[in-house]
Amino acid sequence: MKTFDYTITDELGIHARPAGELVKEAKKYTSTISINANGRKVNATKLMMIMSLGVKKGVTVTIEADGEDEDAAIAGLQTFFSENL
Amino acid sequence: MEQYQGKTIFNKIAIGKVFFYQKKETQVKRRHVEDAEAEIVRFNAAKETALAQLDQIYEKALKEVGADNAAVFEVHKMMMEDEDYLDSIYNMIRGELINAEYAVATTGDNFAEMFAQMDDAYMQARAADVRDISERLVAVLCGTGTDMHALGEPVILMADDLAPSETVQMDKSKILSFVTRHGSSNSHTAILARTMNIPAVIGIDIQEEWAGKTAIVDGYTGTVFIDPDETTLEQMSAKMRDDERKQQLLRELRGKETITRSGKKIHLYANIGGVSDVAQVLQNDGEGIGLFRSEFLYLESDTFPTEEEQLKAYKMVAQNMAGKKVVVRTLDIGADKQVDYFNLEKEDNPAMGYRAIRICLDRQEIFRTQLRALLRASAFGNISIMFPMIISVQEVLESKRILEEVKTELREQNIPYKDVEVGIMIETPAAVWISEELAKEVDFFSIGTNDLTQYTLAIDRQNPKLDNIYDSHHPAVLRSIRTVIENGHKGGAWVGICGELGADTSLTETFVEMGIDELSVSPSFILPVREAVRNLR
Repeated sequence: MKTFDYTITDELGIHARPAGELVKEAKKYTSTISINANGRKVNATKLMMIMSLGVKKGVTVTIEADGEDEDAAIAGLQTFFSENL
Repeated sequence: MEQYQGKTIFNKIAIGKVFFYQKKETQVKRRHVEDAEAEIVRFNAAKETALAQLDQIYEKALKEVGADNAAVFEVHKMMMEDEDYLDSIYNMIRGELINAEYAVATTGDNFAEMFAQMDDAYMQARAADVRDISERLVAVLCGTGTDMHALGEPVILMADDLAPSETVQMDKSKILSFVTRHGSSNSHTAILARTMNIPAVIGIDIQEEWAGKTAIVDGYTGTVFIDPDETTLEQMSAKMRDDERKQQLLRELRGKETITRSGKKIHLYANIGGVSDVAQVLQNDGEGIGLFRSEFLYLESDTFPTEEEQLKAYKMVAQNMAGKKVVVRTLDIGADKQVDYFNLEKEDNPAMGYRAIRICLDRQEIFRTQLRALLRASAFGNISIMFPMIISVQEVLESKRILEEVKTELREQNIPYKDVEVGIMIETPAAVWISEELAKEVDFFSIGTNDLTQYTLAIDRQNPKLDNIYDSHHPAVLRSIRTVIENGHKGGAWVGICGELGADTSLTETFVEMGIDELSVSPSFILPVREAVRNLR
């Protein structure tokens, strides 16, 4: 299992549109990808669950990838977060 | 042929097919199903149809309002394919052997409730998105269409009543006329009909089975004909052609001055409710914009419009008006204009409640964003700023102080702006009585006669039962207008009227004689009012 931390800089936090993009990104990999925030952990392929975390600007989230392509997943998601959130 | 009588809003005639607009709240009944798997197949088919609809809407929105605004429909698609959402629906169908409509409605409610309870205004507003996709699915499952985007030919739109948030989303080029059961002649649908220059009749006992039938709306008499016979059709077509000829005569007044025979000049401006209305203003030769209602920016959006979004709209109007005056009224939300993401509490008496400048001075971040956008837009044209619902000198001083702070901020950031005229709406009796003091603080007054009549006569303008005593010609209203004009001039402010009364040509002579400087009317009334002024001595 691999993880990384990221602090959200987008004004609106993880709002609907990037949450949707995140789901698309997470579905590219076979590894189980989850996102930890505000004391909760949800599967990153589930849009409404991600939105329900209510992640705002300034909050630090932890992304976990567990599976065969976890290295690729972490690299891909790191790029995704720094470009979109 | 059937014939119905209602109250007319706008004198014009429309002939076309009826479109029956139903509120989205479809009643969903719980039903037992024998074969859960068959029900799931039915649901999946409905989901594919709904996704295809969303694709279409997304494409249309992309062309009309751009990628940023269209993105919401992409999000809707993703929500509809959300695993948890779908699992919940499948589980309910399988576990409780119930119909798909009920499973969708219940699931939608649960998820919407989850968002509604989050302590984040943006996420709370997402509850509406979940409801929206669930309603779309239910509508497909039930086979009822409520989707305005699907309109082909222009239609006569019939509805129980229409909320401002519903009318802003409609494709106006597809609407020939409004016919509603409820609503008063001062409701926003009525104002919209006047702005759009289309006939409208209210108080008609509309029936669902009229959908798709041919109808005639006679805005002169308030009569609606369903399935008209040949003779009626011919008569009304002739009346419509007459109308056209009259309009033609009015068009000849374009390019002429709005001036009385004795040489008194009146500034004849237009009221608009959005960027797209500017075309109408130019077509009808408006000399400026006397009331640009900025609410549309807030009503059309799912979240607070950003400074850049607002700037874009104000700048476009300022540039299109090419140096002519554009008076923008700051946010007038509250009362009958509600927006979910403002999270305003339900009030017993919203007309006298938390609205307009009261919200702006309380939640200043919203106000400052708008003022920044307005000042930045001022660099591209001739913008004036107007504050609504003023009742005290204090409010004006406070608003001006915030405006000055925003200016300082812009100067420090080297962002260009022009000095703008600052004015206020006079729409409360309080403002009338202190107009002499108020005039010293502002460049202009604009009298909002609709609210002024409502507050002066203590008559709720949304209450159709009071329509017959809602009298905007009441001597109390007319005397208030005279007082405001006199006091405005004493303090060095110019005075205009931007309410519906400004377009009432039976009063044009009275207003001119009182000394009015400006009249701001719906675009379709510009030329008739110009004609009235030019006929005065």
